Amino acid sequence: MNTNKTVKILKEKKETILELWTTKQKAEDSYFNTDDQKEDSEDFATSFLDALSDATIEDQNSRGYDKVHEVLMGISVSRAKRGFSPRETGSYLFSFKEALLEVLSNEIEDPSILYKESLKISKIIDNMAILTFEGYIKGREDVIARQTDEITEISTPVIRVWDGVVALPIIGTLDSARTQVVMENLLQQIVETGSTIAILDISGVPAVDSLVAQHLIKTVSATRLLGAECIISGIRPEIAQIVVHLGIDLSNIITKSTLASALQTAFNMLKLEVNKKKVTYTNS
Amino acid sequence: MTTILSKEDFIIVKEQDVVPFRNKVKEAAVKIGMGILNQTKLITAASELVRNLLKYGGGGMVIIESVNNGRENGIRLIFADKGPGIADVSLAMKDGYSTGKSLGLGLPGTKRLVNEFDIQSTVGMGTTVTIIKWKNG
Amino acid sequence: MERIPILKMGDFLLVTIQVDLYDQLAENLETDLVNSVKKHNSKGVLIDISSVSIIDSFMGRILGNIGIMSRIMGAQSVIVGMQPAVAMTLVELGLTLTGVSTALNVEKGMELLRSKILLSEGQSDDYDNDTE
Repeated sequence: MNTNKTVKILKEKKETILELWTTKQKAEDSYFNTDDQKEDSEDFATSFLDALSDATIEDQNSRGYDKVHEVLMGISVSRAKRGFSPRETGSYLFSFKEALLEVLSNEIEDPSILYKESLKISKIIDNMAILTFEGYIKGREDVIARQTDEITEISTPVIRVWDGVVALPIIGTLDSARTQVVMENLLQQIVETGSTIAILDISGVPAVDSLVAQHLIKTVSATRLLGAECIISGIRPEIAQIVVHLGIDLSNIITKSTLASALQTAFNMLKLEVNKKKVTYTNS
Repeated sequence: MTTILSKEDFIIVKEQDVVPFRNKVKEAAVKIGMGILNQTKLITAASELVRNLLKYGGGGMVIIESVNNGRENGIRLIFADKGPGIADVSLAMKDGYSTGKSLGLGLPGTKRLVNEFDIQSTVGMGTTVTIIKWKNG
Repeated sequence: MERIPILKMGDFLLVTIQVDLYDQLAENLETDLVNSVKKHNSKGVLIDISSVSIIDSFMGRILGNIGIMSRIMGAQSVIVGMQPAVAMTLVELGLTLTGVSTALNVEKGMELLRSKILLSEGQSDDYDNDTE
């Protein structure tokens, strides 16, 4: 049985604490209304008061808080993902502290005891605030990681432009991780569609340096190993200048300024001809 | 911090050991869920190094380990021989250099296939090469 | 001793590599293949590597050798069906198999062989499909 007065008071006044906390949250957060938020709060308050004991109240780093920390971490991560601001996430916990302290000040009359007990509670909650912060950051990082993956996925579509010709427009900077994804996609599509010509359009690549050129050359080499030819299109005038100034050798690679002229080259290689349809008028 | 999850030794003394060894590496890579491209790169690197082990070191031992760096899992391979060693390691790491009749892209080419590459060699004592390929590396 | 079968189809020789090659097997293949080219007076050699999951520098050299040896003996050669992961690994390794002709599949490989043979018989034209 717990003999500490503060522990006893707080456990007994659970309903009051929750009520106070909810009021405070509502004041802070105009959107506060949803049931799952109330549920979150109840979960947290319950696990907090369960963890509170004679031993744990004296030590904010006690293992007794593991369960509370877990609940809090979950709430912080999910709040970050749902787009709550750091202030909103932080004040969630601090308004809980205010509720606890308010209850204590109503129950404990001796100021010096009240001060001591309040300090203990503050220590415990402040320790948890750090955790909230970490949880929030982790939640944001998860969001960023997912978006990065999505960007990599979306930005490398392989388009079948003709029977036996695939095109891949590259948009954005080409680093080695990206090249790997681009190459993998392109080669896979070449094999799947049985295409003998691949067009790599770099109109959307902001800058070409020797490293990017190296990546392009690798992609072309790999394409040839499979038995297909690779044309690089979208060479802007400034890219041509840079390539020459840097002394990059692209002489083994077929390069074209536009996707249209690359496609024309592809047609020539496949011995295809595009003709304007002759319109003949007949009297019917 | 790199922690070792599992570990296995493999003795290489003859050419016929190469294919079973490659299969063992593949098994370990599949077990940690490594994708097909990284698997291929890892096994090719392992194949290059095990050939060196046979050719220059006269055989030796390879340790196959599943490791974790706190973020993701990977495969670590340690190739150790008691051969003549390499006098100038930095020269051996140069593209195009070779003492054998190979194409001379063994070591630097192999390095490009993996995430981490370390070589320690003492003349007269032997050579130890350690490589790591991370699951998504 | 284990050997990789070499099939004769008219003027062509067909090799399908189904297993991961170890050194002796690869060296045997090299010898067997040049002997077969001579024996059947073949004009073309097609090597299907679609089941090969690993090509290291040794294997790459064997494939390159086969190409060069066939050419010296007056036959064209083409390697078909390389897996994307294998191609990317070879490029990273720095092995681009210069001088070896490649095609996506057996059908396209046959087409390429025929056109190469036509060209070599028509001489004069120095157009080629080699990977460089």
